[in-house]
Amino acid sequence: MMPARVTKVSFNLTQLGIVAEAGHETRVAATPATVKQLLALGFEVLVETQAGAASSFPDDAYVQSGARIVSTTEAWASDVVLKINPPTNDELDQLQTGATLIAQLSPGLRPELVEDLARRPITALALDAVPRISRAQSMDVLSSMANIAGYRAVVEAAHEFGRFFTGQVTAAGKVPPAKVLVAGAGVAGLAAIGAASSLGAIVRATDPRPEVADQVKSIGGEYLKVEVEEQMQSTDGYAKATSDAYNERAAQIYSEQAAEVDIIITTALIPGRAAPRLITAADVASMKPGSVIVDMAAGQGGNVEGSVAGERVVTPNGVIILGYTDLPGRLPAQASQLYGTNILNLLKLLTPGKDGQLVLDFEDVVQRSVTVVRSGEKTWPPPPVQVAAAPPQQQPAEPITPASEHSGGLGAKGQGVLIGVGIALLFLVNAVAPAPLAQHFTVLILSVVIGFYVIGKVKHALHTPLMSVTNAISGIIVVGAMVQITSGNLLVQILSACAVLLATINIFGGFAVTRRMLAMFSRGGSAHD
Amino acid sequence: MTDQLPGLLTVGSLASAAYITAGLLFILSLAGLSKHETSRRGVVFGIIGMTLALLSTVALSLFGDPGEGNQRLGLTLLVVTVVVGGAIGLWRARVVEMTGMPELIALLHSFVGLAAVLVGWNGHLEHPPLDGALENIHRGEVFIGIFIGGVTFTGSIVAFLKLSARMKSRPLTLPGKNLINLVLLVAFVVLTVLYVQNTALWQLVTVTVLAFVLGWHLVASIGGGDMPVVVSMLNSYSGWAAAAAGFLLSNDLLIITGALVGSSGAYLSYIMCKAMNRSFLSVIAGGFGIEASASKDEEQGEHREITAEETAELLASADSVVITPGYGMAVAQAQYPVAELAHRLTEQGVKVRFGIHPVAGRLPGHMNVLLAEAKVPYDIVLEMDEINDELSETTVVLVIGANDTVNPAAAEDPGSPIAGMPVLRVWESERVIVFKRSMASGYAGVQNPLFFRENSQMLFGDAKERVEDILRTL
Repeated sequence: MMPARVTKVSFNLTQLGIVAEAGHETRVAATPATVKQLLALGFEVLVETQAGAASSFPDDAYVQSGARIVSTTEAWASDVVLKINPPTNDELDQLQTGATLIAQLSPGLRPELVEDLARRPITALALDAVPRISRAQSMDVLSSMANIAGYRAVVEAAHEFGRFFTGQVTAAGKVPPAKVLVAGAGVAGLAAIGAASSLGAIVRATDPRPEVADQVKSIGGEYLKVEVEEQMQSTDGYAKATSDAYNERAAQIYSEQAAEVDIIITTALIPGRAAPRLITAADVASMKPGSVIVDMAAGQGGNVEGSVAGERVVTPNGVIILGYTDLPGRLPAQASQLYGTNILNLLKLLTPGKDGQLVLDFEDVVQRSVTVVRSGEKTWPPPPVQVAAAPPQQQPAEPITPASEHSGGLGAKGQGVLIGVGIALLFLVNAVAPAPLAQHFTVLILSVVIGFYVIGKVKHALHTPLMSVTNAISGIIVVGAMVQITSGNLLVQILSACAVLLATINIFGGFAVTRRMLAMFSRGGSAHD
Repeated sequence: MTDQLPGLLTVGSLASAAYITAGLLFILSLAGLSKHETSRRGVVFGIIGMTLALLSTVALSLFGDPGEGNQRLGLTLLVVTVVVGGAIGLWRARVVEMTGMPELIALLHSFVGLAAVLVGWNGHLEHPPLDGALENIHRGEVFIGIFIGGVTFTGSIVAFLKLSARMKSRPLTLPGKNLINLVLLVAFVVLTVLYVQNTALWQLVTVTVLAFVLGWHLVASIGGGDMPVVVSMLNSYSGWAAAAAGFLLSNDLLIITGALVGSSGAYLSYIMCKAMNRSFLSVIAGGFGIEASASKDEEQGEHREITAEETAELLASADSVVITPGYGMAVAQAQYPVAELAHRLTEQGVKVRFGIHPVAGRLPGHMNVLLAEAKVPYDIVLEMDEINDELSETTVVLVIGANDTVNPAAAEDPGSPIAGMPVLRVWESERVIVFKRSMASGYAGVQNPLFFRENSQMLFGDAKERVEDILRTL
């Protein structure tokens, strides 16, 4: 099937170039699996030789998926270049006029790169600028990479930590479980919480957004709430800077926890700003020797005092601080696959016709947001996207409940008045009415009261059978008709006969259908007898 | 009364005793229905009570008062009608689809109503001579009986037509509809006063027509989604109609039974209204649907779709699944595949339960009956209050044909027309899959923000086919 695809290539088919990454990067922007789907979108795919080698995707695998293996120059000369990391100047020089570059460009943090890109006659799309809306989740490379990084952070910590994560009781003594603190419960934090708790550790997590408490709980962590008045609701799905009162209380929590836990994983990042300092040198000094800290924000300045980006540091009291910035790259095959799928989903959006023709639609908020440069024209920053990512509307919900009770039925006072009026009326009727009526009223009222008490106990599930039984017994009106049927008046007899007919249908039908329904209700054990 | 037996025993006293016993048996019957375990015994009590009442009535008309009546013709008519009526009843009960229960019950209500009208007419045409105040009371009773019976009759017929989709379920909105109801009521009172003073046949005819018109208009102005309330309200009316007949005929058994049925229906209506967070009056006066549809209808975001295959994978890997069915499941006749799905998942070790909102379906307890029909064990079918707190620990919730009963706006948006209505909090679970035919809004005309939640996905198409697709993949 491979040669057939290659021969089909025509001149106006858009070429996608998968280039090899420079430096220590182990990932690649497309895998053999995503190449197949890129071909289905109508593109021709060119892969630079050895581009996937570090992710364990040999050139052969790409060829089998229908890609063509090309030289570095040829790959960079493609119409669309797919990449992981921001390109260097030399690399950019190799781009053709009118080419499109898709990569993680972090335009917010690198204004000089944006300027440089804008000087060139190209289009540049930043995959890491996808807005956090539901529809764009499938292209959100920050989320997919953070997920991998969070997992890997736990693995790195476990590697350095000289003990079990899980607690055990062995013949040689008891092993206590490790205690892990995860600072920040975003995508990376949640992945770390999940990984650590499935290894058996006791996991605690902090985050300024109270709405994540349930998510933390759901994957096995314990949420440590910072008890201050202020609550943060994010409008764009990312965390924001916090107030002084909050920071003070949070610092206290971190100090307490540092002295107690064995492992700290920090994931706190605020877009476009330096990472907040969460763990002070004093906190680190208070930790037990052999404890491990993974500072996932080391690349952006670090959450931990003393962490060095990309380095493993051992403090004088024997605490290991890992500042690795290439955590996703340490799971290259998986990271490439997820990154490749993110790119694929973006390209699906950009080629609505599935004909290999890229169309950039600025009406679409996702396409607008990722575009940094369009045909040499700078379009960064895009207009802000408001996302109601979290729905923490519990506060307004509560006041409704008491209000609804008043509007829904009668208040206790109203009920009391009604009962009083009813009793007074009944009294009057009975006082005035001649003999049989008073007696009838007595029977009626007592029956109504009994009826309410009896029906009040009926299970909701049996309400339909209840209705059909009451239906059947309301056919008791047949008694009235039967008494009249032996009358001397023929008309009366005919009318009575009609009434008897109708009421009997009710009686027989009602009871029969109730029996049929009740016979169907079965308890779990006897369901298949 | 002629003595048929020596001593104090007369047919009359025997019948009275039998009536009291029958009344007691009916109470026991309803009490038995409070639990699944005793429910079948409850029905047996009801049948015994009914048999006792019928036999003693027959005995009464046979031996009680041989006087001037045409007994032979009467008895022939009695036997024929009971046999024919019984046969029709048993036949309908046997063939009715469980999804058609609301229609059947509404139709049966109309029979009671019409029977009450006929009994009332007979009360006019022939009654023992009474004097003074008693005569007036009798006339009043005739009118009240006919009126309640008439309203029940046409009301139930309209409910039946709406439920069986022979009539549009959209509420009828005549200008000044509340005024129409009021005028009809006042006319009834005036006619009653006139009739008590001086009886005339035209008054009887007019009041019957009045009652028919009122019943028709009352139910026609109520929309399809309010049918649980309407059906239980008509249930109540049919009881009051029987009680009115009891007053008319001085028959305690009719009064007792009528009052039991009447209060039962009223109580059910009350529960339904509470479940919709509405006052009984506002439902009866109709018009809820109209006000609501004027509410904001804008798109609240983007929904995401999911395929049946992906749903199957999700279900297979879930720890616990809760299924919340609604009227849509009944419409699509999806209860069998849904039950099969629950059974298969349970076999695979997934904890499956059903969460039933009190007003799901078109009849109180409708969903329970449908699920029971499909052999879903009733101990995994839970009520809203039982399941609501556990939804947050549920992996997947399948919303099948339900909309307003799972709308987060009711709990979170004070400005929503359904604000404060208790709902199933399905959005607290990890994932929600909504089975739906399209993105149209529910009965209340309120947009459902659930569909746009991060954790919810839509599975479009006919509920039955989609569930069968899932079963194939599993």
